[in-house]
Amino acid sequence: MINYEPNTPNLSDANHNILEVKNVSMYYGSFRAVKDLNLKIQPNKITAIIGPSGCGKSTVLRAFNRMNDFVRGYHLEGEICFHNQNLYAPEVDPVQVRKMIGMVFQKPNPFPKSIYENVAWGARINGIPGNMDDIVEQTLRQAALWDEVKDDLRKSALALSGGQQQRLCIARALAVKPEIILMDEPCSALDPIATLKIEDLMRELSVNYTIIIVTHNMQQAARASDYTAFFTMDPDRAGVMVEFDTTTNIFTNPHDKRTEDYISGRFG
Amino acid sequence: MEHEISKHLVRQTAPVVTSSQEALASKLRMRFRPGETLIMGFLFVCGAISIATTLGIVFELTKESLLFFGKPEVKLIDFLTKTTWQPSIGNFGVLPLVTATAMTTFFAMLISLPLGLSAAIYLSEYASQKARGILKPVLEILAGIPTVVYGYFALTFMTPLLRLILGKENVQIYNTLSAGLVMGIMILPLVCSMSEDALSAVPRSLREAAYGLGATRLETAVRVVVPAAFSGIIAAFIIGISRAVGETMIVAVAAGSGPNFTFNPLKAAETMTGYIARISGGDLAYDTPDYNSIFAIGLMLFVITLSLNILSRRLVSRFREVYE
Amino acid sequence: MNNAIDNNIFANPGNLPKRHQIGKIWSTIFFASTTIGIVALTVLLLSIINQAMGLVIIENKIDPMTLAERPLEELPKEELISILQANLSKNRIKTIEKEKPLDARSQIDIYGLVMERVVQPTVVKSYTLTQSLLSRSQIEREAVEKYPNAKIEFRSWINFTFLKKTMSSKPELAGVSTALMGSLYLIAITIAVAFPIGVGAAIYLEEYANKDNRINKIIQTNIDNLAGVPSIVYGILGLAIFVRTLETITSGAAFGIEGNNGRSILSAGLTMALLILPILIINAQEAIRAVPDSLRQAAFGLGATKWQTVWYHVLPNALPGILTGTILAISRAIGETAPLILVGASTYITTNPSSPFSKFTALPIQIYNWTTRPQDTFRNIAAAAIIVLLISLLSLNAVAILMRNRFSRQRL
Ligand SMILES: Nc1ncnc2c1ncn2[C@@H]1O[C@H](COP(=O)(O)OP(=O)(O)OP(=O)(O)O)[C@@H](O)[C@H]1O
Ligand SMILES: [Mg+2]
Repeated sequence: MINYEPNTPNLSDANHNILEVKNVSMYYGSFRAVKDLNLKIQPNKITAIIGPSGCGKSTVLRAFNRMNDFVRGYHLEGEICFHNQNLYAPEVDPVQVRKMIGMVFQKPNPFPKSIYENVAWGARINGIPGNMDDIVEQTLRQAALWDEVKDDLRKSALALSGGQQQRLCIARALAVKPEIILMDEPCSALDPIATLKIEDLMRELSVNYTIIIVTHNMQQAARASDYTAFFTMDPDRAGVMVEFDTTTNIFTNPHDKRTEDYISGRFG
Repeated sequence: MEHEISKHLVRQTAPVVTSSQEALASKLRMRFRPGETLIMGFLFVCGAISIATTLGIVFELTKESLLFFGKPEVKLIDFLTKTTWQPSIGNFGVLPLVTATAMTTFFAMLISLPLGLSAAIYLSEYASQKARGILKPVLEILAGIPTVVYGYFALTFMTPLLRLILGKENVQIYNTLSAGLVMGIMILPLVCSMSEDALSAVPRSLREAAYGLGATRLETAVRVVVPAAFSGIIAAFIIGISRAVGETMIVAVAAGSGPNFTFNPLKAAETMTGYIARISGGDLAYDTPDYNSIFAIGLMLFVITLSLNILSRRLVSRFREVYE
Repeated sequence: MNNAIDNNIFANPGNLPKRHQIGKIWSTIFFASTTIGIVALTVLLLSIINQAMGLVIIENKIDPMTLAERPLEELPKEELISILQANLSKNRIKTIEKEKPLDARSQIDIYGLVMERVVQPTVVKSYTLTQSLLSRSQIEREAVEKYPNAKIEFRSWINFTFLKKTMSSKPELAGVSTALMGSLYLIAITIAVAFPIGVGAAIYLEEYANKDNRINKIIQTNIDNLAGVPSIVYGILGLAIFVRTLETITSGAAFGIEGNNGRSILSAGLTMALLILPILIINAQEAIRAVPDSLRQAAFGLGATKWQTVWYHVLPNALPGILTGTILAISRAIGETAPLILVGASTYITTNPSSPFSKFTALPIQIYNWTTRPQDTFRNIAAAAIIVLLISLLSLNAVAILMRNRFSRQRL
């Protein structure tokens, strides 16, 4: 088996914030979707973002790998730093950002190609070195999908079940060797068993990757994450972060009344 | 198994060093991708070719028309009011061509508007899925038949039919009525499908509201849905008119070849498009009055059809705004 | 119409039966209007078939039985040549040889010459299919009375030789092979020019263009408006730009090919390409727009560049739609006549186009030309040519449907 080599220069260290959001506001046209956000993400941890619908969770998550750039009228004020490099500095190439910060979407979206091609494509266009068969096998193993598909790698990815498709999408993201994996409600289209599989997988992966996950499922956040950020909307519908702490603290000892209301189901 | 992998994958942690900060910065830095830029340039040029086409049309039509109207013997007032059109011998009254175009267009609309709208109402409000499955393809085939074939149809079927009904002595072999009627059949699918689009864009809730008040299907269709889709339907009509004005082959074959100032639809008369087709048929010599005149007529055609199309598009987008 | 239903729809139930009755009448009217499409299509096709076959009365100038014992078409080339030489003057043979030496011609070609120059069969009268079926005995009587030497036979004007023969001033000898070749050449040029540009423009507008940018908005509006410009205006443009201004290129003079003018197949193909571009672009845009955004997101999320995303994911998924749209646009080009008249398609030409700079004719031009001739027999071959045209269009559309089905199966 080939050795894991991160795609990015090795900057990890326990005291260092892999991502740091500094005074960020985001707008869709003139509508301010997220207001004055400050947030620090720890490396090799799972951070959950929770909050009521429309409070800007996806907007924040997609800001981390500049996926919002495709939205007409979107713009961002402030800085998002990745290892102290501002991702929104004018000289930064969003394509390069997405190579280092991968993403898994809410609905599984495999390419209408074979399983093998799905995993190999990203690695190939990014020129990831190594034998492609090995890369495919390794990432499929990491995504806990190998045993289920190893006999039929040429089968269309669309023939897989929803949960398998989502794990394939995770494998596909891993093959590019990112440092951070963003997951936007990755389990919302899955049944409880498939959901648990993905949660276990996240645990596995957090050894080597930093994971940020948006979820509506309170138990999932409590079970699977190390840190939790709670967002809500202020009166003019702009998303604001209410509280950010270790998951244990958020769920057992929230500081803010709104957090408490939300996690105990009295809100949203 | 998985445990074993994990061991391999444990990342060594290392202190932050400036050199790797720099390495990261250089990794993140904007890449110049010449291939991407080149491709984007090529694609832009592809898009811009359409602009060049329009500019080419406008430029050439205007240039040659200016030459035409610049001739001392051509006076704009004569052009717009005189009733004989023979540029090669100095008669420059465009009216006969205009009236012939107006007549063929009128008869085309007489057929295609009521039939097109009725058919659209049937398809969107009455027809079962199965009936639509048969009728829509038929209309599509009808729309796909080349216009020269319609011209043939007008000359060899519609005209003899008219002569049979109205009397040989009354109907000339070439006449605007026959061309107009067949043109109506040709335009019918267009008017129908555009009107149908407009009708089906009307939200269901509006129909349900009408039914809920005890309206019959007809009352719902005619008094609720059609008025709601009105501007979309008008847009379809306007496009129909524009198509009729610009249609060439049917009139070139069946309406007559020779300008004739008449309002009798049973007589031969040449439309604007028919004139252009006839004059340019032979080896037309450049820079003759005939040559310049086709550009003048072409400019008129272009301006008329373009204004109609723009008007229609305005109506459609306004209609869409209401319901989307 | 409005009076009938102007009664308040909340009115007492007393008028309900009447309202239902009116509703029924109108629904019949709506249905009838729709079926008019079917009726029109049927009548149109029947009237064409009606003209494309039927009884003809034929007179030969020289009875072929006096020329040879066997039917002429079975004779070898050499015998046919000697018949030709025996019956034609030296000078006429010479002019024929000048076009192309007799020895170099095919048997079919020589046979055609013998028929055309020696036997000279003439259709003195032709009847439509309905006339032939309904009043055959009357036709036979007329034939005996008026044309005692003639024979009467049933003739399908659309037949295999019609496809192979070239143009002739005599309808009974004319065919569409030159026109078919011309149309093929024309379409090849049209596709070669319009497809890459059209798809490129569609990709630009859907994937690259910032939709808030003024220039891009102008391009889009402009394309939508160009789609409604009458085809004859494109013809005028083609005449002014390709035939006249760019004559050195379109005649081949710029490439050292002399003897042609701007009224070439290249001019026509370029004009046609401009004509179908807006339709092609709009169809391709629709196909590209139908590709789910989640695929683009997936690709971008993996660090793909725009072109990688478009090339590997958007285009393959939009391809069936793009091809279907292209075929629809091509169908339009095949039947278009007016622009070809403007750019100077020849109506009488017997040699196949040899290069993009050749003079040419095309199927719709041939139909137009024959339709406008006064003789009945030209109407007959026009109908036959129309059938050829319609069948080509139909098969093209069948190909489009097959292709779409195959692609959508491959995807899974
Ligand atoms: N593409 C867009 N254009 C305009 N407004 C948008 C766009 N995407 C999101 N918004 C707006 O921004 C706000 C935040 O949206 P976002 O999708 O980030 O919410 P969310 O917290 O992820 O919600 P959910 O839990 O439903 O996924 C919402 O008010 C939404 O309407
Ligand atoms: Mg969301």
